Amino acid sequence: MPIQVLMPALSPTMTEGNLAKWHKTEGEAVASGDVLAEIETDKATMEVEAVDEGILGKILVAEGAHGVAVNTPIALILEDGEDPASLDDRRLAKVPGGAQAAAGDGAAAGKTSAAEKGGAAGEGSAPASTQFERGTSDRVFASPLARRIAADAGLEIKSIAGSGPRGRVVKADVEEAIARGGAKILDGGAKPTPTLAEAPGLPAFEAVPLTTMRKVIAQRLAESKREAPHFYLTVDCEIDKLLAVRKELNGASDAYKISVNDFVVRACALALREVPAANAAWAGDSIRLFQRADVSVAVAIPDGLITPVIRSADEKRLVAISNEMKDLASRAREGKLAPEEYQGGTFGLSNLGMFGIKEFSAVINPPQACILAVGAGTQRAVVKDGALAVATVMASTLSIDHRAVDGAVGAQFLAAYKRLIENPLSILL
Amino acid sequence: MGTFDVIVVGGGPGGYVTAIRAAQLGMNAALVEREHLGGICLNWGCIPTKALLRSSEIHHILNRLDDYGLHAKEIGFDAKKVVARSRAVAGQLSGGVKHLLKKNKVTVFDGHGRLNGPGKVAVSKDGESVADLAGKHIILATGARARTLPGLEPDGKLVWTYKEAMVPEKMPRSVLVVGSGAIGMEFASFYRDMGAAATVVEILPDILPAEDAEISAFARKAFEKQGMKIHTKAMVKSLKKSTRSVNAEVELEGGRKIRITADRVILAVGIVGNVEDIGLEGTKIKVDKAHVVVDEWLRTGEAGVYAIGDLVGPPWLAHKASHEGVICIEKVAGVSGVHPLNTSVIPGCTYCRPQIASVGMSEKAAKKAGRAVKVGRFPFIGNGKAIALGEPEGMIKTVFDSKTGELLGAHMIGAEVTELIQGFGIAKSLETTEAELMHTVFPHPTLSEMMHESVLAAYGRALHM
Repeated sequence: MPIQVLMPALSPTMTEGNLAKWHKTEGEAVASGDVLAEIETDKATMEVEAVDEGILGKILVAEGAHGVAVNTPIALILEDGEDPASLDDRRLAKVPGGAQAAAGDGAAAGKTSAAEKGGAAGEGSAPASTQFERGTSDRVFASPLARRIAADAGLEIKSIAGSGPRGRVVKADVEEAIARGGAKILDGGAKPTPTLAEAPGLPAFEAVPLTTMRKVIAQRLAESKREAPHFYLTVDCEIDKLLAVRKELNGASDAYKISVNDFVVRACALALREVPAANAAWAGDSIRLFQRADVSVAVAIPDGLITPVIRSADEKRLVAISNEMKDLASRAREGKLAPEEYQGGTFGLSNLGMFGIKEFSAVINPPQACILAVGAGTQRAVVKDGALAVATVMASTLSIDHRAVDGAVGAQFLAAYKRLIENPLSILL
Repeated sequence: MGTFDVIVVGGGPGGYVTAIRAAQLGMNAALVEREHLGGICLNWGCIPTKALLRSSEIHHILNRLDDYGLHAKEIGFDAKKVVARSRAVAGQLSGGVKHLLKKNKVTVFDGHGRLNGPGKVAVSKDGESVADLAGKHIILATGARARTLPGLEPDGKLVWTYKEAMVPEKMPRSVLVVGSGAIGMEFASFYRDMGAAATVVEILPDILPAEDAEISAFARKAFEKQGMKIHTKAMVKSLKKSTRSVNAEVELEGGRKIRITADRVILAVGIVGNVEDIGLEGTKIKVDKAHVVVDEWLRTGEAGVYAIGDLVGPPWLAHKASHEGVICIEKVAGVSGVHPLNTSVIPGCTYCRPQIASVGMSEKAAKKAGRAVKVGRFPFIGNGKAIALGEPEGMIKTVFDSKTGELLGAHMIGAEVTELIQGFGIAKSLETTEAELMHTVFPHPTLSEMMHESVLAAYGRALHM
């Protein structure tokens, strides 16, 4: 069966986006990491990279399409030797879970703690595109029948563009939204009612009640930025070799599919073993140096993020890390992680590469002293031996709590990490 | 040669409304009409028949004055005056249309319009050219006429179409109506209430075949109670005319043949579009079964030429033609938010006694479409106003989608239901569900309370049943 490329969520709150541009045409060969398309939200335009390789068999959502719901299949990729006739089977099952079109899968949902937070907060209520200006009011005009059908289907009426008089959402609009895969899923809670502006000049807004998770995120990360003196170190790693090794590994068996992020998890753990001073936490009256490299990996889940932990990642084989990460990420999204599975990591990792983020800096997740923020691997011009060359470069930025770890230690850690990433066979050892 | 933004050919309820709307949108509009402004509807259809049916309704009430504690001497009628009133009503309204067109600065051409090459319409009267018009947009609204069947050709004397049936010189003692659609049943009802014997022959299993089967069955019982004879699954095979009456051979279900003699035969076996002699030959305009083929925006195969109303097919209703005209011209003018016609919200009314009105899907059609339905019924006998009016016969039926609460259809039979149906028409257009209808306050005492009760009944909550 052809591999479906799904409309990715560029942020936890994104429900739909526009397909700005296709970089590949039907019939064109696609290699893992290739940019397939550009997706546009009201905030930004981002690239969708291929995870799988093969031939772009069919484009399902045309360039320029607006309001494409997250997780709608946008293209089909034929794997090597696959019969193009299989493209005709349009009754493809929908792949549950997050975006397939991403550079890493375990971290597919990897969201950083903090940098992301800022973006996500602004992302708020990505308003549905409507044919008519709805003004500053949040009131949605919709027919009773449209509201009921939307509620039955679990669709939020706000996210559906209305075609009736003055943008009124009517039955046909909802049915169309359902047909193209639906809009935002309601989380079942009572719908917050719009509140009138308190300060003059402020438009009306919706007061979204805080979930427990949101309160924890707010409290912990504010505390981190307030208490922990952050500083940042960035390195560029060339990952062409890593991609080649990964391709070879993934081509060797169907039993696993290792992501770039899986390499990164293990590289971090191995680097921590080399530079144990970076595997630290500030404890107020002491510095704790951990004897095990437990990597916390940020995973986006509905309305927040969580950091499942890969314990002793330096002692686990890549395949084991990959499988564990997949399991943790999928259960994280379902809200089925046990506390011990997401508490107590020694080192943080946040990967936004799959969203096309070049580089960013993450907020430290206390009491950990370090968190590594990994960007997208992109082809860049580099100078090698005095000549211009092309390399796939991935930037990684380490955020460090200066109370526990100094710059030199951070630099040593990053040097070790870079060496591992650029010599991926050593990660396999 | 006159040059216009839009030329409308045909001045019926489709054409003249289109011309007025075009003028409202700032277009320079021409209207070509060969006979009467207002078309068949106003001159020979909807309006004059309503005038006739008002006379027959009063006649019927006069015959049961005693029920109301009243009496009168010498109840009777003057057929000439009944017809004259009907014609006067039509004349008054046709004059009104003329005034409206003038007020909106629509140029009216008296003559027969015909496409005459791209963007051109030739107007002629009695074979002579009246005008050559040029227009960017040409809208054909030439309407339709009665369908005739081989062997049943009308002669205007003993075998009538709607046109002769509307202007009888004297009341026939008996009529044989062929076809039991809205037109057939209105004439059958009119003549029956004026005292004539009436027989209806319908080829399909039910009379009023477009209606919900339950309503059709209810209507049949009511008509038969009035003394009307009805033969369904039956066919008129031949007509033998004598000087003052017609003898018809009718084949009943199973092949048995009977003979029916009536003073007059009224043919009401459907209509065909007026597609001839309007210059379609040599154009890309397609005609299928005597109707012009158009897309959802009423565009024909020829660029700049549109067709609306009866000319493009069923439902053959004046209000459908008008609405199509408005959609067509608004689309042409680039008005935002124009939608193609949603046929599921077009109400249909038949003004026989009892009246019949409906909108949307019949119960059978809804089930056939795979919808799980909830059906509510409420009888006139349970309504205070109906009893007070002395009209206890009738019912209101509503069909809901049991999953979404969508009002799929409403079907009514009984006094004044043609004035009630639009309540459900608005409900459907606004996409209300049963919940809003239940929460709507209906005034007491009115017939409209039955609408409420029917909705409640669909959910097992009727209060007065």
